[in-house]
Amino acid sequence: MQALTTEQIRALIARGKMKDTIFQALGIICLAIGLLVIFLLVGDMLQRGMERLNLDFFTNFASRKAAQSGILSAWVGTILVMFVTAMAAVPLGVAAGIYLEEYAKRNWVTDIIEINITNLAAVPSIVYGLLALGIFVYAFGFGQSILSAGLTLALLILPIVIVSTREAIRAIPAMIREGSMAVGATRWQTCRYHIIPYAMPGILTGVIIGLARAIGETAPIITIGALTFIAFLPPVPFTGEPPAGLFEWVMSPFTVMPIQIFNWTSRPDPAFEINAAAAGFVLMVMVLSMNAIAIYLRYKMRKNIKW
Amino acid sequence: MNHAMSAKNVSDLHQVSDRLSRKFTRNISERLIEAVLFAAAAVSVLTTVGIVYVLVSESYHFFQHVSIVDFLTDNQWTPLFDDAHYGIMVLVSGTVVSSGVALLVAIPMGTVIAIYLSEFANPKVREAAKPILELLGGIPTIVFGYFALLIVTPLLQKVFPELPGFSLLSAGLVMGIMIVPYIASLSEDAMRAVPMSMREGSYAMGATKLHTALHVVVPAAVSGLAASYILGISRAVGETMILAVAAGMQPNLTWNPMEPAATITSYIVQVALGDLPHGSIGYQTIFAAGLTLLLITLAFNIIGQWMRRRFREAY
Repeated sequence: MQALTTEQIRALIARGKMKDTIFQALGIICLAIGLLVIFLLVGDMLQRGMERLNLDFFTNFASRKAAQSGILSAWVGTILVMFVTAMAAVPLGVAAGIYLEEYAKRNWVTDIIEINITNLAAVPSIVYGLLALGIFVYAFGFGQSILSAGLTLALLILPIVIVSTREAIRAIPAMIREGSMAVGATRWQTCRYHIIPYAMPGILTGVIIGLARAIGETAPIITIGALTFIAFLPPVPFTGEPPAGLFEWVMSPFTVMPIQIFNWTSRPDPAFEINAAAAGFVLMVMVLSMNAIAIYLRYKMRKNIKW
Repeated sequence: MNHAMSAKNVSDLHQVSDRLSRKFTRNISERLIEAVLFAAAAVSVLTTVGIVYVLVSESYHFFQHVSIVDFLTDNQWTPLFDDAHYGIMVLVSGTVVSSGVALLVAIPMGTVIAIYLSEFANPKVREAAKPILELLGGIPTIVFGYFALLIVTPLLQKVFPELPGFSLLSAGLVMGIMIVPYIASLSEDAMRAVPMSMREGSYAMGATKLHTALHVVVPAAVSGLAASYILGISRAVGETMILAVAAGMQPNLTWNPMEPAATITSYIVQVALGDLPHGSIGYQTIFAAGLTLLLITLAFNIIGQWMRRRFREAY
């Protein structure tokens, strides 16, 4: 092989460095596109929807006239559905996570559960909608209610809650368990007084991310056949005649923010685009702030905990 | 003395048996709790069983009306017309084209971001970029649909004046942006798992960062990269709202991204929006479509897991 002269080597190095720089620029550009999309999206919706974003928008029902339409039934519905989702997904997901980390023996049953959770996370959300249509709406007879929607979304985010619970538990060192058991605590007492409290911030992060995902899910809720024009509110939770009246609200028809937005974007009249923009902005604020809380929590957690 | 000792022993014995009995109830409650926790873990398996049961049983009724051969080969999809045709390929073509466009955006962008973050960026940039990607991945798909219809389509129409108001192209492009965070973060994880010593070896031979990244790190992480692409594909195939909003919902057998077309997912949405009676053939079509969708994503998942095992490089 012929030896290179110093100049040739310098040129080679310069070329290599240049390629490095070009690639770095490319990486930054790609990241910037992502950031740009977020800004463009939020900015455009804010700019277009500005004229609708006042108090009336939050206290009016949807209407045939774009200018008088509001998102009252949508945001109330979203909060109620999220409540049902959280009530179902958090206990189930945390319990499943604890089981898999603290109790499960290494056998084929555990393997099936684990493979299953991985695969469920990749199932398209609309398939959950079909499941809910067949099981919750018709087989169980819940109809197109808040309960059906809440449970559907709970199943959808269950893998997220389980995985984050497991990760949080796995980060707790074995000495904590050994210490607890050495003073005579049972397995459950160890979980109850040590594992769950220490894993709490991690679990909470997962729950918030899961709910932020659920709040924007549209397809499964459309699939169960939720009405898109709802100009009334469900009964106020926990105020009716006990015992049956307390839960009347879960069987009520409802609409949620994403469905309202979908309804408005699919109208031919461009006046409704303004409504869609305003409602989209409200939804984005909800989702982005939930994600921001989760990111902050995780950041804080990483700083504070030193085992 | 002897007497006293035996008395002590007796009381000891008594205490021990007390403790034992307490332990017995404690064991029962421990077992109960374990059973409850197991039941919670089993819900995920029940979900899968439920999905398969619902899709297969409703599709079974559907396939008693329509032969599988017609379902796979007919080139019209008009289940709600009098002259009903059930050619799923019409919907599959929309899904394939839109996913293809999405992946043409998402795979290069996601890979470049992943290589940049894992090999080039300093820790500060990485700390700042990860939340941005997470926020991007957290945007509701209905909002992306709005973005595709009202922002991206008008922009594209300036470049291609003949582009219709609904098109697979703009929906696919936005879908690609949506998938970038998934691919980027999974690929980055895979590349960061490559041991430092391999990079050091490469640098010691005089390779540049880019050369190391492309010729040492990427080949070593190829199984993880492939898995992330596969996840991206199943996201694209299962994506619903962006297509329902921005791609139009008419069934259209086309391979041209400039046209509007329905996909498997947007067809399900369209039917669910109307009110078809429970048990009618039109109602059953959405389960047949859903089953097709599930089988496609399942196939990709299996390929992904196989690739991860086949190309795994262990260090």
